[in-house]
Amino acid sequence: MNSKTQNKMAIGALYGIAGFVVLILLALLGYILISGTPQLSWHFLTAPAKAFLKGGGVGVQLFNSFYLLFLAMLISFPIALGAAIYLYEYAKNNWLTTTIRTAIEILSSLPSVVVGLFGFLFFVVKLRLGFSILSGAFALTFFNLPLLTRSIEDSLRTISETQREGGLALGLSRWETVTKVILPAAVPSILTGVILSAGRVFGEAAALIYTAGQSAPALNFMDWNPFNISSPLNPMRPAETLAVHIWKINSEGIMPDAKAISSGSSAVLVLAILIFNFAARYLGKRLYKRLTSA
Amino acid sequence: MLTSNDVRDDEAMQERHVTQLTDVGEDIILSTHDLHVFYGQHEALFEGDLQFANHKITALIGPSGSGKSTFLRSLNRMNDRIATVTGQIMYRGVDVNQPAIDVYEMRRRVGMVFQRPNPFAKSIYDNIAFALQLRGVTDRHQLDEIVETSLRQAALWDQVKDELNKSALALSGGQAQRLCIARAIAVKPDILLLDEPASALDPVSTSQLEDTLLDLKQKYTIIIVTHNMQQAARISDYTAFFNAGRVLEYDTTSQIFTNPQVKITSDYVSGNFG
Ligand SMILES: Nc1ncnc2c1ncn2[C@@H]1O[C@H](COP(=O)(O)OP(=O)(O)OP(=O)(O)O)[C@@H](O)[C@H]1O
Ligand SMILES: [Mg+2]
Repeated sequence: MNSKTQNKMAIGALYGIAGFVVLILLALLGYILISGTPQLSWHFLTAPAKAFLKGGGVGVQLFNSFYLLFLAMLISFPIALGAAIYLYEYAKNNWLTTTIRTAIEILSSLPSVVVGLFGFLFFVVKLRLGFSILSGAFALTFFNLPLLTRSIEDSLRTISETQREGGLALGLSRWETVTKVILPAAVPSILTGVILSAGRVFGEAAALIYTAGQSAPALNFMDWNPFNISSPLNPMRPAETLAVHIWKINSEGIMPDAKAISSGSSAVLVLAILIFNFAARYLGKRLYKRLTSA
Repeated sequence: MLTSNDVRDDEAMQERHVTQLTDVGEDIILSTHDLHVFYGQHEALFEGDLQFANHKITALIGPSGSGKSTFLRSLNRMNDRIATVTGQIMYRGVDVNQPAIDVYEMRRRVGMVFQRPNPFAKSIYDNIAFALQLRGVTDRHQLDEIVETSLRQAALWDQVKDELNKSALALSGGQAQRLCIARAIAVKPDILLLDEPASALDPVSTSQLEDTLLDLKQKYTIIIVTHNMQQAARISDYTAFFNAGRVLEYDTTSQIFTNPQVKITSDYVSGNFG
């Protein structure tokens, strides 16, 4: 066999594999969207769930998902940003940074159910936060932090060393160089990473089942005082998210339309994550264009 | 001046010819004494005793890896985190190679332009203005004025004056390099260090850049690393020839190119090696 045919065969095999992967993805997406979208309606997206009767919605779950996402990002982004800046811009390569990097590596490959159980033992039980948004947000932070840190570090890595030298040569301190030169240039790529990780957090269930809990008490959307128990903003209330809701219905749902609700919720979840992904690409590209052209 | 360095050079049995510019009556703005640079254990510069004349252009030439960049980057302490630099760097009578020196202030006096143009991901205007703003220049008129004069000095003003808010990343290589020069002179340095500033540029941009440097000589002292012999001959007043981490010859540019004293220098400038 000469190298030409060999090459052709290799390319053929790779195309085959790639096609197969795309096919699986399309089949999954297609199945979820086709069975789920017919259930979608304004009522479904806004009404509270019903435990025994037909016609429940996922309004509260949807809100919980976004609220948890927001809180988790609020906590994890500054920490991840600081850690990434420290690791990439300041730290020398020594045993300490090697240890930190290894820790991040391990943390990022922990199964999320382990993160969930840890969150349960530590936040829910030990710190007495109970099944609450706060416990959930902390668990999500643990889940998200390593990946986000690495993604921001990668973003910093894409900014050429010559930019740093340019800043330093103007008499800027390292901090000024990082904040005024490097970070602005890295914003498009950091933003993309943040949105992609938001998608991951949004669809996370295992880390939340034992932290944010599996119940979604009715909320009073007129009450925005975070100290009231029925206020949507109250961080101490249990909060089942959309992903947890799907898991719950499928394992123990007893409403008559459980199947339809589960399909509808899945479609909402998948759509939201698709939107996150496309938004990430679009915003990243647009910002980059803004930076590089007129 | 007899230092331990002289002894070492005798040991190396190097043929050398380094002119002391004070002997020819030059006004010295910057000089190095017994400068050694180590990358870890690896010594990349063994001896750097050079004097730089005020408002003159000095070219640093020599084969690849001979230590030109290493030497240049030590002058404004850009090697601080990368290498160990020992010896003295006297700038207007002050040794700037000591820990107590405010290195940020010092780098504003000794600006640098790099081989690859590195405009920031900001507008043309902000590329020049933002370092000034960080230093407390907030008056809009004053900023406008500095941006304009810097761009004029770098011979870029006429091309960009109508699109100052455009991203600097959209400039051509030659324009970007001149923006980097404008950015460097906006903070009002005394000395400009340039490391092969034209090596990424086409011949036309290169000759424009050379004209710009000749203009800038009125106001600044320029030290430029170049691989281009014609460039060194065209624009510089003095030339230092580096080889294997040592300055082997230092003299007026015409002397170096027409009547080099050291065999290796003459081989190099006549293109026989390097
Ligand atoms: N950051 C660094 N770390 C370790 N060694 C280095 C570093 N930079 C340069 N060196 C070494 O120092 C020596 C001199 O390099 P330098 O870059 O100063 O040469 P140069 O004369 O500028 O060469 P060129 O003409 O190719 O730019 C070389 O042996 C090089 O390998
Ligand atoms: Mg070099």
